[in-house]
Amino acid sequence: MDLFIQQVLAGLANGAIYAGVALAVVMIYQAIDHFNFAQGEMAMFSTYIAWAMLNGGLPYWLAFVATVVVSFLGGLALERIVFKPIQNAPALSHVIVFIGLLAIFNSMAGFIWEFTIKPFPSPFPSAPLFGNTLIGTHQVGMIGVTLIMLALIWVFFRYTDTGLAMRAAAANPDSARLVGVRVGWMLALGWGLAAAIGAVAGMLIAPVVFLEPNMMAGILLYGFAGAIVGGANSPAGAVLGGFLVGVIENLLGTFVPWIGNELKLSVALVLIIVVLVVRPSGLMGQRVVSRV
Amino acid sequence: MANDAQARREPADVLHFAGLTLRQWRWLWLALGLATAAALPWTVSNFTVFQFTQVLVYAIAILGLNLLTGFNGQFSLGHSAFYAIGAYTAAILMFHLKVPYFWTLPLAGVICLFAGFLFGLPALRLEGLYLALATFALAVATPQLLKYKAVEHWTGGVQGLTLKKPSPPFDLPLSKDQWLYYFTLLVGLLLFWCAWNLVHSRTGRAIQAIRDNPIAARTMGINTAMYKSWTFGVSAFYTGVAGALGAIIIQFVAPDSFTFFLAVLFLVGSVVGGIVSIPGAIFGGIFVTFIPNISEELATQIPGVAEEAAKGLTWTVYGLFLILIIYVAPAGLAGLLRMLLPRFVRR
Repeated sequence: MDLFIQQVLAGLANGAIYAGVALAVVMIYQAIDHFNFAQGEMAMFSTYIAWAMLNGGLPYWLAFVATVVVSFLGGLALERIVFKPIQNAPALSHVIVFIGLLAIFNSMAGFIWEFTIKPFPSPFPSAPLFGNTLIGTHQVGMIGVTLIMLALIWVFFRYTDTGLAMRAAAANPDSARLVGVRVGWMLALGWGLAAAIGAVAGMLIAPVVFLEPNMMAGILLYGFAGAIVGGANSPAGAVLGGFLVGVIENLLGTFVPWIGNELKLSVALVLIIVVLVVRPSGLMGQRVVSRV
Repeated sequence: MANDAQARREPADVLHFAGLTLRQWRWLWLALGLATAAALPWTVSNFTVFQFTQVLVYAIAILGLNLLTGFNGQFSLGHSAFYAIGAYTAAILMFHLKVPYFWTLPLAGVICLFAGFLFGLPALRLEGLYLALATFALAVATPQLLKYKAVEHWTGGVQGLTLKKPSPPFDLPLSKDQWLYYFTLLVGLLLFWCAWNLVHSRTGRAIQAIRDNPIAARTMGINTAMYKSWTFGVSAFYTGVAGALGAIIIQFVAPDSFTFFLAVLFLVGSVVGGIVSIPGAIFGGIFVTFIPNISEELATQIPGVAEEAAKGLTWTVYGLFLILIIYVAPAGLAGLLRMLLPRFVRR
């Protein structure tokens, strides 16, 4: 039983990261109807920026905040510079540009900071929380920070004018434009937020998986799986999906011997395909009906 | 004679450039290209011959992707998986069952045909982006699947399998590299010819009609589900044969050669050459094979850049090209030619 609880908690901790990535993916999907395949590499790049700041002697939380701000601005700039010119291009062009960005971020990180694996510090003490043996303090911290971030985002979308304008721009760009919402900038804002959320997820997972240019490939896949399981157009669903995927992944890895650690990525693959085929709208997403 | 009259109405027969019709130009280019390809192994070093063999292998794989994405409109970010299946089929047949290398190609192709068809079936329900996502997942999961313990006896696990380099048959006066080049060229020509015929047939028109307007295609009586699944299969067949050839020319397969970045490599080649183009696949193959050398060369020119870091820059160059092509020539090099041509031809 202890093992079971331990694995569920560990799954929730990883799930917190997947939820973060899934949320970032959904933020952009809602706004432009595209999956950002570069989300993982953007988060990885942000984490490297944090690492560089920490190496330069900045205290952890200052570097944390600075990275989030830089990532936000970076995401904003990406939308304005790279994606605005092709906003009406077909879906394939978008996918190709996403893949291009993925390749650029991945190799630039290796080029600037080298491909060697680097340890990344955790802001949380290494002593177990309240002397428990079930879950590490960093894991609790991961869940905690993710939940705080989600609460902030919820408040932002629910109670601020900008949040409302962003929701309007995503739901119905034409009407939003008519009532004076600057739809283009709302998109850019969405990109900025997604980049910032990704940066937080990257900095939280880096102490667990270590920092290297390819660290996010698997995590992005789980993030996508979370977004799909929860419903690609539902932020709350994405978070739920992320946690679910974390727990499912850990339990299957522990209790099904032939899956173990080796086939964990395939679990995400199967999850994505099964959910897309059986219930494309996910747990909490809305079915999209298109008129032909 | 009625047929001839009909054929004469095609633009390629009517339009002229420097005194020759476009159809004549096409044959001229083809003849020139073939002559160059045939003469090549006698003019360059063995390593360069190997590189051009690699070009052909990539070109075949990219052609598979073009058939699927360019002509049928289905995205795939997972063609590295089919390349891997083809490569491993060839390697396992040669290593464990001592099958001669040329027999592994049809088998690898057929296995990929069915693998692609089976993956294409659920993919039918996935429109555009979701298909990109599912195939992305396939590509990311592939190396892990290849390392799986239960099949380690066959696949060689993380170590992979090392193969023998085939010798030329009938005591032909060729080096091994030259023979492999001609062998690949022969297979490639056959496959390109088939693809050309496929695209210009009734089936090919159906495949393209589905891309342009699936609902109208269905109204015309095209079984879209079957066509899409089989196009996926045929596309996987091409990439699978390329994978088998790749294993034969490199004489080595290992899980970490088939990561997601291999799928990106195919995408780069496809986009640069022109995604709705058959000869474009050859440009694509040349591009992805030789850009790493060129970009490394350039990067090492920058003072203070270590060799290790310069290697990493290749992917930045690929990425920049991907984005640049989408901005200036979304139809790739082939599309650019197609666009410029009308300015120079006259009736």
